[in-house]
Amino acid sequence: MTDLVAALPLSPVALVLLVPTLAIPVLAVISDYRLSAGLNMLVSGLTFAAGLLLLAAPHERGDFLIIDDFNIFLIVLTTFVGFTTSVYSASYIGHELETGKLTPAFLRFYHAMYQAMMGAMNLALVSNNIGLMWVGLEVATLATVMMVGIYRTPEAIEAAWKYFILGSVGIGLAFFGTILIYMVSSTVIGAGVPAMAWDEIVRNAAALDPKLLSLAFVFLLVGYGTKVGLAPFHAWLPDAHAEGPTPISAVLSGLLLNVALYALLRFKMVLAGNPLAIDVGAILMTLGLVSLLFAAFMLYRRRDIKRLFAYSSIEHMGIATFAFGIGGPLANFAGLLHMTMHSLVKSAIFFAVGHVAQAKGTQRLADISGLSSTHPVLAVGFALGVIAIVGLPPFGVFMSEFLLVSTAFGRQPLLTVVLVAGLILALGALLMRMQQVVFGEPRGKSDPVKASYVPLFVHLLLALVAGLWLPEALVRWFRGVAALLG
Amino acid sequence: MNALWFDIAHLLAAGVLVLSLMLLYQDRITAVINVFALQAVVLSLSVGWQSVVQGAPHLLATAFIALVAKGIVIPTALHRIVRKLDVHREVERVVSGGPTMLAGLGLIALSILLVQPVVETADPVAREDFAFALAVVLLGLLLMITRRNAVTQVVGFMSLENGLVLAATGAKGMPLVVEVSVAFSVLIAFIVFGVFVFRIRERFDTVDVNVLDRFRGERREHL
Repeated sequence: MTDLVAALPLSPVALVLLVPTLAIPVLAVISDYRLSAGLNMLVSGLTFAAGLLLLAAPHERGDFLIIDDFNIFLIVLTTFVGFTTSVYSASYIGHELETGKLTPAFLRFYHAMYQAMMGAMNLALVSNNIGLMWVGLEVATLATVMMVGIYRTPEAIEAAWKYFILGSVGIGLAFFGTILIYMVSSTVIGAGVPAMAWDEIVRNAAALDPKLLSLAFVFLLVGYGTKVGLAPFHAWLPDAHAEGPTPISAVLSGLLLNVALYALLRFKMVLAGNPLAIDVGAILMTLGLVSLLFAAFMLYRRRDIKRLFAYSSIEHMGIATFAFGIGGPLANFAGLLHMTMHSLVKSAIFFAVGHVAQAKGTQRLADISGLSSTHPVLAVGFALGVIAIVGLPPFGVFMSEFLLVSTAFGRQPLLTVVLVAGLILALGALLMRMQQVVFGEPRGKSDPVKASYVPLFVHLLLALVAGLWLPEALVRWFRGVAALLG
Repeated sequence: MNALWFDIAHLLAAGVLVLSLMLLYQDRITAVINVFALQAVVLSLSVGWQSVVQGAPHLLATAFIALVAKGIVIPTALHRIVRKLDVHREVERVVSGGPTMLAGLGLIALSILLVQPVVETADPVAREDFAFALAVVLLGLLLMITRRNAVTQVVGFMSLENGLVLAATGAKGMPLVVEVSVAFSVLIAFIVFGVFVFRIRERFDTVDVNVLDRFRGERREHL
């Protein structure tokens, strides 16, 4: 595979960025939706292939782009979920066209924005320049804002407006933090582009002014924390997930939240290099636990099925943030595994929820019940997804949560009690809902599902395999990254 | 550095801040847009001056973008939207003028107290500029919170971004990439805002974002 990489005219990094970018104008002009959906799949598949090639590519760094263990794993995950979601989306939007919720003109826009979002997320992941990373997250945010509002119903516009205002303010504050980091690093590294390169900043972290660094992190935390959906800054998240098209809910939950958390972790690594700066771990642990508990309680009173799983995303980002807050090789390992598993399982759940909502013609939980008798296959997929996400064995989420709880007990016994309480609360809420949706009395309308179940079961299968057996290479890799995170 | 140069840089940055305060107590949407345009002009002067002081010609491009986009094009377009939507009545406030101004003064004091002791290492121009920039960002946030008209929220957000540009140009030698991206993002922001303002109007018959509260997901059933 290394020979293959060497033989390519462009490096895999360039491919990961260029393929989606070049597809944007093409997708924007194709009016036949079948063709554009197929092309969207093809482009996402090619991007995934380029992401896989990165595995064999040598680690490299420039002032603008960087490839290291940490981002390779996230790029592969992002392009993979991007690909499966595009497959799912192709069948999903066909139904939306038939029911008249979307028009072909909007679909052109939708596909172009889909690739814009994928390209921007990849850009945020491969940037070494902290300004470029910010640009990537900003463009990804704007692209998703446009897609959340695409149905043009009052609810969708409200959700998009809220997402836009809160997301922009968050991203604005993150930019302020980025400038502060540059200000402090330029006094040591010297003015110019190298002072914005993340690896240079990390190398010189100990020499940087700790007070300014701490102030910068506060802005970055509030800014990128808003994008992660951490508790006090989460208000946009449930609306954006509930009102947009379901494939977008899947990528929002499965990918964009991860990318924002990734950005936050990069800056955590900078502060970890400076002993006099504020203790980032304590802040992350607090925010993580607050998000977990808050979301766990909120789960009980949801009436909308997509909103229910949006709160579950807040819960899981809280768990991952808590893991990184504790730090150390084991907890970081658990955090990374949790990010990966959540990404796979949550997007699978949204695939299932999208089918359910289309079959039942509603997202109201009260009107959805008795799937096991009307749609047995879908019911199995949905039930397995919920079982996986609440952290029951044998799925991968159980592994990561078990690992986290067992290491956390040694380090922070009291906080772990809170963590476990939150996990159990969330488990109760989701199982209760699952019980009604799957085994309740069937009622309301129920159309047959024409869409493909393949992406749903592929994701669940991967989560199952990861729960039973993690390949040695993957374990070694996660260990390496966990050590990197400090 | 020449003391006069320093004073002029200081004056222009402070001018941006004063205009931010002025935004807070404007009652009419048209006045809000005009003050915002003036702020963008002063910002571009400030950025242009920084370009001379730092000997960084590429900052002139940033100044030019700020002047043309935020000083002329966006305010003109916003005026047009306001005329078209027929909303040049009083601006409705959530909080009245007096307390808003007091909160604004509090935020300025906060940002000076926060930044001054922390940024000891940077050179004095950068330090003062930075305190001003933070205050402009916070005042922009305050404007967004205290108004409930979609157009005024747009202005609040762009005034927040003015603060970001002020901070970015105050940091010596910050690469052009970022400045272009700021200008670029403002343009995108404007397009998106324009689209949304019209859609809000189309769907709700008003640009008062308070109306949006009615549809807050969970309450839908009680309608």
